[in-house]
Amino acid sequence: MEKICLTRPALARLMPMHLILAPNGEILQCGPTIAKLFTDPSLLGQSFFDCFDVSRPYNMMSVADILASNGTKLHLSMRNQHQTTLKAVGVALEGQDGLLLDMSFGISVVDAIGTYDLSIADFAATDLAVEMLYLIEAKSAAMNESHKLNARLQGAKIAAEEQAYTDTLTGLKNRRAMDHVLSRFLSTGESFGLMQVDLDYFKAVNDTLGHAAGDHVLLEVARILIDETRGEDLVARVGGDEFVLLFHRLTDLEKLNDIANRIIERMEVPIMFEGRQCRISTSIGTTISDFYAEPDMDKMLSDADLALYASKDKGRACNTVFSADLLRQAS
Amino acid sequence: MHGLINRSLESFLSDTYGAPLWRDVAEGAGLAFEHFESMFEYEDWMTYVVIETAAERLNKSPDTILEDMGTYLVSSPNVKSLRRLLRFGGDSFVDFLHSLDDLYDRAKLAVPELELPMFKLLGDDTDGSFRVVCTGPHFGFGRAMLGVLRAMADDYGALVFMEYHGAGDGFEEISITLVQSSFADGRDFSLASPDASNGGRQ
Repeated sequence: MEKICLTRPALARLMPMHLILAPNGEILQCGPTIAKLFTDPSLLGQSFFDCFDVSRPYNMMSVADILASNGTKLHLSMRNQHQTTLKAVGVALEGQDGLLLDMSFGISVVDAIGTYDLSIADFAATDLAVEMLYLIEAKSAAMNESHKLNARLQGAKIAAEEQAYTDTLTGLKNRRAMDHVLSRFLSTGESFGLMQVDLDYFKAVNDTLGHAAGDHVLLEVARILIDETRGEDLVARVGGDEFVLLFHRLTDLEKLNDIANRIIERMEVPIMFEGRQCRISTSIGTTISDFYAEPDMDKMLSDADLALYASKDKGRACNTVFSADLLRQAS
Repeated sequence: MHGLINRSLESFLSDTYGAPLWRDVAEGAGLAFEHFESMFEYEDWMTYVVIETAAERLNKSPDTILEDMGTYLVSSPNVKSLRRLLRFGGDSFVDFLHSLDDLYDRAKLAVPELELPMFKLLGDDTDGSFRVVCTGPHFGFGRAMLGVLRAMADDYGALVFMEYHGAGDGFEEISITLVQSSFADGRDFSLASPDASNGGRQ
């Protein structure tokens, strides 16, 4: 079979987006779907190059150019307000001058179906466009469900982590959180101040006024510690009546001393619980990362602890900054 | 059973009969959680016990629950995506019936883990009588499919009679008589997604 003949309706069914062009570029015939894209005015009788811009290959100015390109894929865009892009391929018609051009949307089909209100019947029965649209829609529905699941899981994960790093009674951070933040400071080499804060006479409150009073005092202490520190600082309850404060990028000893003194002063004010006074006091030991050539977590915590015991020795309700002297006295 | 199926069941019960009924069913069925996740996999017994528990609470047969769920999945405004995806099957109800043969593969394309039963259309376009045969490991999909088909016929505006024949051994069959393919105005359908980023389900 060297040649085959098709009726116009048969061609329209196989290629609903075809055009037949005269040698001068005049559109002689068009498939039903491509006709739907140009309703006013109709494509028939117009020049192909007035209706379409051939963006690739370059320099396709005439039907002869397209014929000479020998079946190369053409990239077109429609000269209308939507500038819909199309792919096309042209072949010579045997026995007559002119060109048969078949077009398809490519990926622009997603926008085109909305713009031109196309239906399943507008595509050739063998065209995969509808399958692609189906797939896009099915996949985005499935992806949408996955996104919602991810958001819920992430929320649950954050809540679980938050819980794992929080002291349940006071809402302050716990020892695990302190370890985490402290090692982050050390690994990034950021400077910071560190305080060990110890409540004095807390056991007496617990013993004489009961655990409810003790819990109330701890909540009050937590509030004061949060009040007197900045949002970027860490306040952790690391033992029954022991707290560690980490001051991000704050190593000014004068400022740290001021903060310590304000905390101590406020802790001296008796805390009322069910009409009874709970009296506690506070001892603090301070150190800063600048003291060390290579700051180390255990070393800094134990130095601050040593300074804390110096404060207790001095009669409590005071802050001591760690120094080498303290080490000598201790040994 | 895939979470999408369980979640569909939950949405149907919760939207139709209220959240308290769903909580009651979830608890009565012995689920250790309140909501199914559509992208998780669950043990099969959960689905069956949920259906049985719901049937008990609502004083309906499990078959009715499944069929109503099928109708709900296509016709409820709260679940738009399934109806849209099914409408991709064709421009007419008969085209749609023919597309059921592809349903198993289409579902797998969208969600590879989703195991639907195989649907096979038998019959003849000329006299308008068809049979849909449903085979798979889970008996009962045919009942849900009956509800889906009834709702889809309405959606296309086709007048049909359907009958369910459960033959056991994981083999179910629905007979369909198409009386008139454009009996009423169907619902509008456009290939263009109303909201591509939010594929439908709320």
